[in-house]
Amino acid sequence: MIEPITRPRRKNPLLRTRLPASPPNARSRTAHGFTRAAAEGRFVLQRCGTCSAYSYPAREACPACLSADLVFVDAPRRGTLLSETTVRVPADVYFRERAPWRIGLVGMECGPTMVAHLHADCQEGKSVVMSLQLDKSGQAVAFAHPEHETANMTDDRQWREMTADPKFRRVLVTNGRSAIGQEAVAALKAAGAATIFVGLAEPWKPFRGEDALRTLQGVEIVPLDVGDEKSVSDLAADIAGKVDILVNTAEHIRAGGLLARRTSVVRDEIDQSYLGFVHLAQAFGPAMRMRGADGVNSAAAWVNILSVYALENWPAYGAYSASQAACLSLSHCLRAELRPGGVKVINLFTGPLDTEWFQTVPPPKVAPRVIANAIVSALKNGLEDVFVGDVAEDIRQRLAANPKAVERELGA
Amino acid sequence: MDSKSLLDFAGAVASGAVRVIDLTFTLSPDFPVIVLPPEFGQAAPVRIQQISRYDDAGPAWYWNNLTFGEHTGTHFDAPIHWFTGKDLPNNCVDTLPAHDMIAPACVIDCSAQAAQDPDFLLTIPVVEAWEGRHGRIPERNWVLLRTDWSKKNWRDYANLKDDGAHTPGPDVAVMRWLVEERGVLGFGTETIGTDAGQAGHLDPPYPAHHFLHGGGRYGLQCLRNLDQLPPTGAVIMAAPLKIQNGSGSPLRVLALVSAKA
Repeated sequence: MIEPITRPRRKNPLLRTRLPASPPNARSRTAHGFTRAAAEGRFVLQRCGTCSAYSYPAREACPACLSADLVFVDAPRRGTLLSETTVRVPADVYFRERAPWRIGLVGMECGPTMVAHLHADCQEGKSVVMSLQLDKSGQAVAFAHPEHETANMTDDRQWREMTADPKFRRVLVTNGRSAIGQEAVAALKAAGAATIFVGLAEPWKPFRGEDALRTLQGVEIVPLDVGDEKSVSDLAADIAGKVDILVNTAEHIRAGGLLARRTSVVRDEIDQSYLGFVHLAQAFGPAMRMRGADGVNSAAAWVNILSVYALENWPAYGAYSASQAACLSLSHCLRAELRPGGVKVINLFTGPLDTEWFQTVPPPKVAPRVIANAIVSALKNGLEDVFVGDVAEDIRQRLAANPKAVERELGA
Repeated sequence: MDSKSLLDFAGAVASGAVRVIDLTFTLSPDFPVIVLPPEFGQAAPVRIQQISRYDDAGPAWYWNNLTFGEHTGTHFDAPIHWFTGKDLPNNCVDTLPAHDMIAPACVIDCSAQAAQDPDFLLTIPVVEAWEGRHGRIPERNWVLLRTDWSKKNWRDYANLKDDGAHTPGPDVAVMRWLVEERGVLGFGTETIGTDAGQAGHLDPPYPAHHFLHGGGRYGLQCLRNLDQLPPTGAVIMAAPLKIQNGSGSPLRVLALVSAKA
């Protein structure tokens, strides 16, 4: 039984803020098969192509038949907690600061035995369900959950180290003018965010949903024009130390390819998408990285909403796709730079949205509410790469199979 | 005028006998700009990006890179801005005659009407009534429409509703009349444009742009401090940036006013 976490009190300004430490992060290249799955919330194990045995941890050859034909495949998650250990005085700085820490051996129904971090409600001898999680150093680790839901389950101390749960955290949603921004505010509020700062550029322009947004409890509208460096740094000067989760909902979507495109439109896309991202990262990133271990409401995550066409250009929205590719590249840089603080960078990849700028695109399209729910789900589950909707998932699978085919088909 | 008179004038500026009134808003990123339907090209907003400020990027100096559209902040419209003026000679900010940059102004105070009605339109009878009090508008004068719009907060200043902006401006007949019958040098407003917010629904649409620029005349907008100007007798200095083939430019607009006025 987990004691529910309580809303953190204001900080004691006489105490130094604890700096983040990282758990051990050495992994083999092969082991990044787990990293990839954990980033997407999938559970995989290596399986031998010759004898079909599952194995763990990552290896170069099958421990049963020595075949080198080991492939990461989606695997059954169920197992039994064989034994548990509570580590009380670890040598590692990260775990020492969080001791006591429970780990255990889980016998998987599909064969191998895994060392796993334990949810507090996991009991020896009982069934557990496994997941792969990215820990604070961004590496995949195994995590054992109780078989059935338990009270206050998501408040588990060790689980919260793996996630960026919005509960009691303070969130900045960068654009309150859009449907996605407003849906994100609603979803984050429902998920228990303590405060939601909502950025508003050009406040002299009215917009749909404004009255509702302005009357929401726990929502604070702040001036923020991500394309304007000074606007971003001015806001960061006021609130960067209070932003635990940043959700970048800036969007600038225009149809059209390259040859008929005005340079000024391309520039608008770069200003709003890429430079906006740069400004936000430079203004808010350092404070977030420094506050990665700052208690229940530590800085936890940065969320980008990217077009799946960042991964392969869709010439019908070609210049836009390119601006998204730039943002994707930048997000990997930011992810590396925030990792020492234990702050996750979550990329949501979406197909066409059910918004005005994809009006003439036939369905399926992704509703803003679906994006908002995916944001909360990714935060609660500690994911890094999320493909939202059928189109995004389709592109992901086709890219894994044959990127050249995707290029030709999107450009047909 | 002999050079002594010119020096007397400079002395009068220095002594305060001639007051210099700044009619310009600060060029800043948060000042409202003209809003067009999103499918059209947009004026780039004002951006001020620091290059260095006595730091590792430049230890002893502070400077910025600027970007902005030609029609941002307090700005000048040249005849080439509108299709009606596209074929006129010397119709760009870099080719317009320098002597046009200094000219007297007639200031028509419609602040009371604009306070009553955000869609107030200046008409010929209103101007004729003004002429009855202050005399006929001389040729090659600026006509400045005072509405006190510049004193509003920026949301009320832009005053955007779901059917567009609601801000005062001139009607069709008065614009044609000012250009053709009064030979004005240009027309200036406190609002975001020289035309009224709803001027797209007039015939022709945007009459200030249509007739001013078609007649080779100029526009000034986003002016302030017009309440400090006398109805007649102020001299306006409005020198746009010399942008190659430029359709307009942000600029510093100054008014010279006798301290006795």
